[in-house]
Amino acid sequence: MCDQTFLAITFGPCDNCSQNKPLMNIYLKNEPINYCSLCVELMACQGLAKGETIHTLKAESETLKTKLEEERAKLHDVELHQVAEKIEALGQFVMKTRRTLKGHGNKVLCVDWCRDKRRIVSSSQDGKVIVWDAYTTNKEHAVTMPCTWVMACAYAPSGCAVACGGLDNKCSVYPLSLDKNENLAAKKKSVAMHTNYLSSCSFTNSDMQILTSSGDGTCALWDVESGQLLQSFHGHSADVLSLNLAPSETGNTFVSGGCDKKANVWDMRSGQNVQSFETHESDINSVKYYPSGDAFATGSDDATCRLYDLRADREVAIYSKESIIFGASSVDFSLSGRLLFAGYNDYTINVWDVLKGTRVAILFGHENRVSTVRVSPDGTAFCSGSWDNTFDLRNILYGFALYWHQGLYIGVLHHPVMSVP
Amino acid sequence: MTINTLSQDGVQRQQMPCLTKMERMIISMQDPDMGIKLRNQRLLITVIPHAMTGLDIVEWLIKKCSISDEEALHVGQLFVKYGYIYPLKEPRNLILKADDSSYRFQTPYYWMSTRWPASELDYAIYLAKKNIRKQGELIEYEKECYNALHKRINHTWDFVVMQAREQLRASKQRRKGDRIVLECQEQAYWLVNRPPVSPEHYKLTTLTKNTIAITYCAVKYNQIFFLSCLFFLARNRVKSSICLESYVKYCEQYQPHDPIMQGCLPSNPWITDDIMFWNMNSETVALPTKLRVERWSFSFMELLNDQMGRKEFLTYLEKEFSAENLCFWQACEDVRHGETAKIPEKVDEVYKQFLAPGASRWVNIDSKTMEKTLEGLKRPHRFVLDDAQMHIYFLMKKDSYPRYLKSELYKNLLARAIVPQETKKSVFPFMRRQRHSSPSPALATQTAEDDGKAKYSNSNSGTASRL
Repeated sequence: MCDQTFLAITFGPCDNCSQNKPLMNIYLKNEPINYCSLCVELMACQGLAKGETIHTLKAESETLKTKLEEERAKLHDVELHQVAEKIEALGQFVMKTRRTLKGHGNKVLCVDWCRDKRRIVSSSQDGKVIVWDAYTTNKEHAVTMPCTWVMACAYAPSGCAVACGGLDNKCSVYPLSLDKNENLAAKKKSVAMHTNYLSSCSFTNSDMQILTSSGDGTCALWDVESGQLLQSFHGHSADVLSLNLAPSETGNTFVSGGCDKKANVWDMRSGQNVQSFETHESDINSVKYYPSGDAFATGSDDATCRLYDLRADREVAIYSKESIIFGASSVDFSLSGRLLFAGYNDYTINVWDVLKGTRVAILFGHENRVSTVRVSPDGTAFCSGSWDNTFDLRNILYGFALYWHQGLYIGVLHHPVMSVP
Repeated sequence: MTINTLSQDGVQRQQMPCLTKMERMIISMQDPDMGIKLRNQRLLITVIPHAMTGLDIVEWLIKKCSISDEEALHVGQLFVKYGYIYPLKEPRNLILKADDSSYRFQTPYYWMSTRWPASELDYAIYLAKKNIRKQGELIEYEKECYNALHKRINHTWDFVVMQAREQLRASKQRRKGDRIVLECQEQAYWLVNRPPVSPEHYKLTTLTKNTIAITYCAVKYNQIFFLSCLFFLARNRVKSSICLESYVKYCEQYQPHDPIMQGCLPSNPWITDDIMFWNMNSETVALPTKLRVERWSFSFMELLNDQMGRKEFLTYLEKEFSAENLCFWQACEDVRHGETAKIPEKVDEVYKQFLAPGASRWVNIDSKTMEKTLEGLKRPHRFVLDDAQMHIYFLMKKDSYPRYLKSELYKNLLARAIVPQETKKSVFPFMRRQRHSSPSPALATQTAEDDGKAKYSNSNSGTASRL
């Protein structure tokens, strides 16, 4: 477990406003000071100082960035694929669709698993949010949102509620009622308010707090009961497209990726940006932590996925291939972290060997861009949602498929790959 | 890629990286030495130069990128779809066939990156040309578009017709071969940009991306960056070799637990429609599986994440008379992740039970941390117990946890733990097992809602994550 997740934050009176709050450690003219996140934001908004122009600011930024890259390069003594040379290569992977969940009337934009390992919530462009028991393919709940393009949805850890949002700039929480007569929309709780679309949302370790990211360039932490903003996170200069919470029980960090090509790691308590990575050449569409919490992977429009290590503080692997031209929209790890599943805008899913950096499988089967890829909580299957379009004589069905792996045996056992009719 | 729609002037439209990549590949395909061999193709009575077969394209891709047939066909198909390569014989069918069907490279003038979005005016001129050249040549949807355009840009219609006539006159003066090629190219361009069915068109419109560079935002962003930058620079870094080794170890350690890598016993429920695997690993099972118990030894977090593991650990701590540590830690978690409104009362409870002098379950924290915590309690907030919680967490992690793993209690459980039998394949493999539904997690809370203690225990079960 990564001990870096234990960020020691100071809590005390802000040097500026004197209020007791979690404090950010920042440097003003090379002197360390402790400001609360609100004061930092106000200071940043004060505009240009005398003699400064946007160009001088940018030039200084570039200098600092170069310096940061130099520092990072100092401790880089080996590449990942070199370390991985001694590991056995993975054999052939055979993956088959096991379930196809049909029922959305339009593009599936987001999918999330329930902790019971079989239920899924999915949201689509037509405003529908559906909760399925993926194992039986039954639909259990359906909500129609008042807006279209519901880009974010999340299942609560207890399994009793779902959160969703999109073009309405809000994140709403719907408690799941089993009463057939009850209209889920009636008990809806409006939690988050942003000034632009909601791109991603996630519950923290309980049903009581939600983390959201938005097209307005910020992320925010909200209290579900009161709808109160607990912390906001500023530091992206363009839309934030994705976020992911660190898997540590006592950790307090999360990572976000955005259209400014940056992936930022944040402390949830103080709002401080603790690490920043900018090596992608285009928008980062998706971020996901490696299961140990020591690293995270990103999928981007530049058709690469990259792995960033938090302790080494640098990018450690790039997953790309000449024949992969379109951007990766979504990434997720298998349970052991050995495999990285990435959905691409050219309708395929590529499966990467995280350690060796090679691609182990390419999955066809979707007829439109893959918008989301999620591995189930116990790693038994992974599901992909897409902008699919299956024409039927009577109506248009959009579906998404559930894939799982049949059973790969490597090493000494030499089991054959299971073939199931 | 953001879905923000195109805004007014002053917005920078960036080239989609996928288009740049495709164009780079197209250029290398046309390389005189390493590219695809082009030949003349007979189309009716005319000879079209510089054509290639679908098979040529696929084979070149296989060789260049070291990929399979299927993938090469898929990649080649993308080039056709986005108008970089067009078919000669069946121009309306934008599909790549890996046989001797002929294809040509589209001229850069008509590339997606140079002429996008396709303008209405140009389309009107194109349709007008077709109409003039041969009456009735417009097919159904083209006729509809033509009429719609005629209505929409009626004010410039004279210009449209004049342009169309001029272009037709100019083309008559060309050699027949050139004329046909130019017509093919133009036709291909419009087939890509104005396809008969709209979904493609819709997709194309969302390809652009905007970078709104409003000045004040850039200033603010840069300021924030400076403020954080020295913090970034001052970070303690670890050597790459150490970090990367840890991944190898982690993957190795977890591989037997990864169903996608190594299957799971008795069987993967999605494959065999048998939920034994889930039943055997549920929270309330009498005897856990061996893999599950082994996993508790991987890290302290694994033990705590599993409700059963936590219970076992608590039993052990009770024997050691240090159970209050785990209870304190759990109570702190509840404060951190619970409702904001309830924080003061929860913190008070914690103080009474664990921190007050003479408390029934007093936890042993060092005096400095205790002092700081007690001071903070005067104005309770979500993180007031963080320092104390961390101290106790590390105490358990460094002391109680290793001893638990060596204890009789753990070893005993490990010995008794089940190794499930692999499910034998059914005799009639085509008969599908019935898939039963399971009680919804929402049900569990509803029935327990009346019970006052439920909220606390539920928020705890909410924190349990994996198996």
